[in-house]
Amino acid sequence: MAENLNIEVSPLPRVEGHGDLVLNVKNKKIEKLQVRIPESPRFFEAMLVGRPYTDPSHITSRICGICSVAHTFTSLKATESALGIKVNDLILNLRKLVNYGECIQSHCLHVYFLAVPDFLGIGSVLPLVEINPAVVNIAVKMKKIGNELVRVLGGRAIHPITTVVGGFTKLPTVEDLNYLKDMLVSLYPDLETSLKVLKTLKIPDFERETEYISIFDKDEYALYDGDLKSSDGWIINPIDYLDKIKEQVVEHSTGKHCNASRDSFMVGSLARTNNNFSQLTDNAKTYAAELGLKSPCYNTLMNNIAQFVEIVHCVDDSIKIINNFLDSGLDKDKAMVKVKAKAGRGVGIVEAPRGSLIHDYTYDDEGRILKANLIIPTNMNYANIEKDLYALVPMIIEKSEDEIRLGCEMMIRAYDPCISCSTHFLKVTLINI
Amino acid sequence: MSKPKIGVFGLTGCGGCQLEVLNFEDYLLDFLNAVDIVHFTEAISEHEDTYEIALIEGSVTTKHDIERLEHIAKIAKIIIAVGACACTGGLNCLKNLYGTEKAKTLVYGDKKDWIDTIDVKPIDEYVKVDYYARGCPPTRSEIVNIVTSLIMGKVPEIPSYPVCVECKRLGNTCLYELGMICKGPISRAGCNARCPSAGFSCVACRGPIDDPNVNAQTDLLERYGLTIESVMEGFNLYNACKKIEQKSK
Repeated sequence: MAENLNIEVSPLPRVEGHGDLVLNVKNKKIEKLQVRIPESPRFFEAMLVGRPYTDPSHITSRICGICSVAHTFTSLKATESALGIKVNDLILNLRKLVNYGECIQSHCLHVYFLAVPDFLGIGSVLPLVEINPAVVNIAVKMKKIGNELVRVLGGRAIHPITTVVGGFTKLPTVEDLNYLKDMLVSLYPDLETSLKVLKTLKIPDFERETEYISIFDKDEYALYDGDLKSSDGWIINPIDYLDKIKEQVVEHSTGKHCNASRDSFMVGSLARTNNNFSQLTDNAKTYAAELGLKSPCYNTLMNNIAQFVEIVHCVDDSIKIINNFLDSGLDKDKAMVKVKAKAGRGVGIVEAPRGSLIHDYTYDDEGRILKANLIIPTNMNYANIEKDLYALVPMIIEKSEDEIRLGCEMMIRAYDPCISCSTHFLKVTLINI
Repeated sequence: MSKPKIGVFGLTGCGGCQLEVLNFEDYLLDFLNAVDIVHFTEAISEHEDTYEIALIEGSVTTKHDIERLEHIAKIAKIIIAVGACACTGGLNCLKNLYGTEKAKTLVYGDKKDWIDTIDVKPIDEYVKVDYYARGCPPTRSEIVNIVTSLIMGKVPEIPSYPVCVECKRLGNTCLYELGMICKGPISRAGCNARCPSAGFSCVACRGPIDDPNVNAQTDLLERYGLTIESVMEGFNLYNACKKIEQKSK
């Protein structure tokens, strides 16, 4: 039991980029609780100024190696909206496929290498290799398949090449599509095996209702495109996002904090399943039911389960898209639509694996950027993470310092620290040697 | 060098190069059998300062980056710059083009004094770099090749010929023939002409070759009615720190 606590985790292990947790408790009362982000600022909004419309997707892809696809597409959509370009169904579906690849890859790392050991209380995947090595192999395979979708269709697994304003510089062949389809289909037994393991996990009890924000499309479970939707009851066109989403600079963080209808909100898988559950594939819904994921769900730690359900959805829908391509064939003349520079403003929103991502560009007559604004999902979540920690700490204050530290770390990681998982990842492979 | 101790570090960048190390997938096991990773900020919580080889991603953009880099250089015997940000400063240098003070005001407004940021530089402006794994991101095999060459006591083979050589070898149609402006003729190869092969112009993410044939490039531009400026804008994307413009004149 802790009367007074001074916990400082710096850097937070297994989170992508650099973050610190500071928690000071005095007489069982929280005196200070901060998630600090001392990560070097990059100034992308400045880098973009003056660049021609062909550049932003390649520049902003470099914001994050883990969600480079999401940045690429958000950027392309913002530019295409500003230039008044409408892409055809072939381009749209091919982009969805690339986006699913990144989602599978990113969620896979998080769910298997982070969530599983955390929730089993084993601290790392290490013991899991002895208990259930099959799951570890599944995770490596699944991550690779996600990467392969991006590599084959995008030309490279990180920072895709073929994805440009107006379409694709190169289309996949029938052989490419069959290669990807066979790999995806081979994942179904693996998803079944994973389900059995995930069902044994004890997700800690926690409940704090908050505002959930994601995109929404009336025709499908929205990941690539849609309007911005809040669980607080509003839906807006992306171009009006500034009416709802507010950003502030805070002193302990180079990442800005955000709020919308209330003082904080959550984005990411759980926000998406909360907002758009009924649009998941039937298969994904069955997995959700097996794992006790309902909509709405107010337990932030269930975000890991929501991610797994989304993997199932991405696999299902990827196969459907590929089958349609194989039936209809890919018309090379449709790979690109006509692109012409003009002045205008455009906003793109895509669901990155860890939440809604917003790019907002204003172009001049020559198609050069005058102004850019980017809002990153992690920034959107910071305020909500701190609120969850404020709710969590009193719940676990009677536990040991180590348990409190772990509880806080788990809460932060539940928001999707992407590469984080790799901690366990490396440990796994080392003991195989 | 038998089973060297390796440290993997990230300064200011996107984490993509470190992710490529994790994406080794097919040869991760062999790699880990050959080396001992003792420090990997983004991947392992435990770490120790006993590395002999340092793989460094990212460019120097804060005072804190300088301190970390100098600390690493004191310990490591061999430094490998990984990726465009570390090798040439990469995309981060666009901030210098815009102006660092101006950029601070634009992004953080009246709170700009809270932010630690300096002009962007590649890491060899501060420490001696032994080998460069270029590109944005470098290819997985390239990073592995450099490290395994060192283990075997060989000098890693790093190409110093233009991307065009690889493009020709692959039988690609020249992108100039398709009406595009490609930086391949003066850009360093080693990527197996990844972008031109995907139908996209080379953006020189690996930097210029050591001794570019500027006359041939000028002739080429003239033949297609293009100016040096039209090429330089694209070149600046990854090479704004290195003042390529002066070099190529």
